[in-house]
Amino acid sequence: MKYLQTIGEYFLMLKGIFFGRMTKRSVLTDLIFKEIDELIIGSLWIVGFLSFFIGAVVSLQTALNLSNPLIPKSLIAFAARQSIVLEFSPTFISIIMAGKVGSFITSSIGSMRVTEQIDALEVMGINSLNYLVFPKIIAMLTYPFVIAISMFLGILGAYTAAVMGGFVAPDLFVQGLQEEFIPFHLFYAFLKTFLFAFILATIPSFHGYYMQGGSLEVGKASTTSFVWTSVVIIITNYIVTQLLLS
Amino acid sequence: MIEVKGLKKKFEEEQILDGIDFVFETGKTNLIIGQSGSGKSVLMKCMLGLFTPEEGTIEYDGKAYSSFSDEQKRELRQEMGMLFQGGALFDSMTVEENVMFPLRMFTKKKKKELKDRVDEVLERVNLNDSGKKFPSEISGGMQKRVAIARAIVNRPKYLFCDEPNSGLDPHTATVIDNLIHELTVEYDITTVVITHDMNSLLEIGEKIAFLKDGVLAWTGDKSQIFKTEDQTVTDFVYSSDLFKKVKEAQKQGL
Repeated sequence: MKYLQTIGEYFLMLKGIFFGRMTKRSVLTDLIFKEIDELIIGSLWIVGFLSFFIGAVVSLQTALNLSNPLIPKSLIAFAARQSIVLEFSPTFISIIMAGKVGSFITSSIGSMRVTEQIDALEVMGINSLNYLVFPKIIAMLTYPFVIAISMFLGILGAYTAAVMGGFVAPDLFVQGLQEEFIPFHLFYAFLKTFLFAFILATIPSFHGYYMQGGSLEVGKASTTSFVWTSVVIIITNYIVTQLLLS
Repeated sequence: MIEVKGLKKKFEEEQILDGIDFVFETGKTNLIIGQSGSGKSVLMKCMLGLFTPEEGTIEYDGKAYSSFSDEQKRELRQEMGMLFQGGALFDSMTVEENVMFPLRMFTKKKKKELKDRVDEVLERVNLNDSGKKFPSEISGGMQKRVAIARAIVNRPKYLFCDEPNSGLDPHTATVIDNLIHELTVEYDITTVVITHDMNSLLEIGEKIAFLKDGVLAWTGDKSQIFKTEDQTVTDFVYSSDLFKKVKEAQKQGL
């Protein structure tokens, strides 16, 4: 029953964000750029670093497990491309982002709740939900660019490990990358990236906005937010994959 | 002027406010006092429109809040300034940006005009050199002054202060009290202050409402409160050790 109530409150929050009084456009524009800087630009380094090395490991693992001489070496690139484009970049980077960006969103909004900053906005007659959450949602629309960079660096990492490690020739790796490429897979990957972006912006905001208590509860809310954001991302991933690929 | 008539508010089955009638006068600092849990904050939140009372009306300059449309309520809120207990300054903004915030949100002034007004208000609260600092870089007393500057920058008609002196040393508390009083007279606004601080009573208590268990138990001013024979009021006022000793000393003719 409590879960149903929470889901209801989440949708009421969405209503407040999109159908309540909008924040003044000039203020909103500044907020959106600030959020892009904090949520997106601020995450590029860690996303790039992780993507490159995970791509490299995926390629290494595939190469090391290809003991059958009948299997072409180009499979290393094929396997790396499929795992990076379909799952690693969109889904697992999103779970990492739930820890980084999600916790940041929950703790920053939660701290504003604790220190009465949200009350101050309300007293001024400002729709605090729209002011705080809407810019985050818009900023997260640029999240697919992060994932595109992650895909590129992941494949670059795979190429570097496979070629530099002497497992496959460069031209064979490139050939493997192009083998059985289905453009719809990119559509699928970016579609779910958009859904994850929305989840990453709204679920942590929900946990921060409706938290009660003091600074200890801010920490608890951040943890809960990470857990629920990850759970919803994983379930959404399953549903989208079932609907689009099976 | 804010007139509260027959205000009743309850949460679940607990009656928090029970028929409050009081007039908060313009150009005066109106104090709400009482023990914790007496309903002071709920009364203020009802006046701010954050809580809806079950019964009674709140009139702002003769107009009942309940009769306002949503747009009128929003406009009214823009005429209100609020000083929160902890200041409630936006951490991510500098002092200047904090003070400029209501102007940016609700006016169409040019940047130069906004800056001029912010400088004027910061000078009024003696913080002209701190505009570029963040709230975390200034003291608690300075944060309160920034919060006051933010509350008055849009020239409000009503100023609400929730325990403005909490966490401040006696000297800074007096500075804040005096600033609130001076601004009330200077801008001719209706100021409502919630306080536990007996010094504030002495400094700025031009009109006092004493709440006990959600009921308006006593009204008067600072000259009357220390002379009253009302037991509930004297119990509250002389619960402070300092005041108790002063009273005993007075009895002994010291």
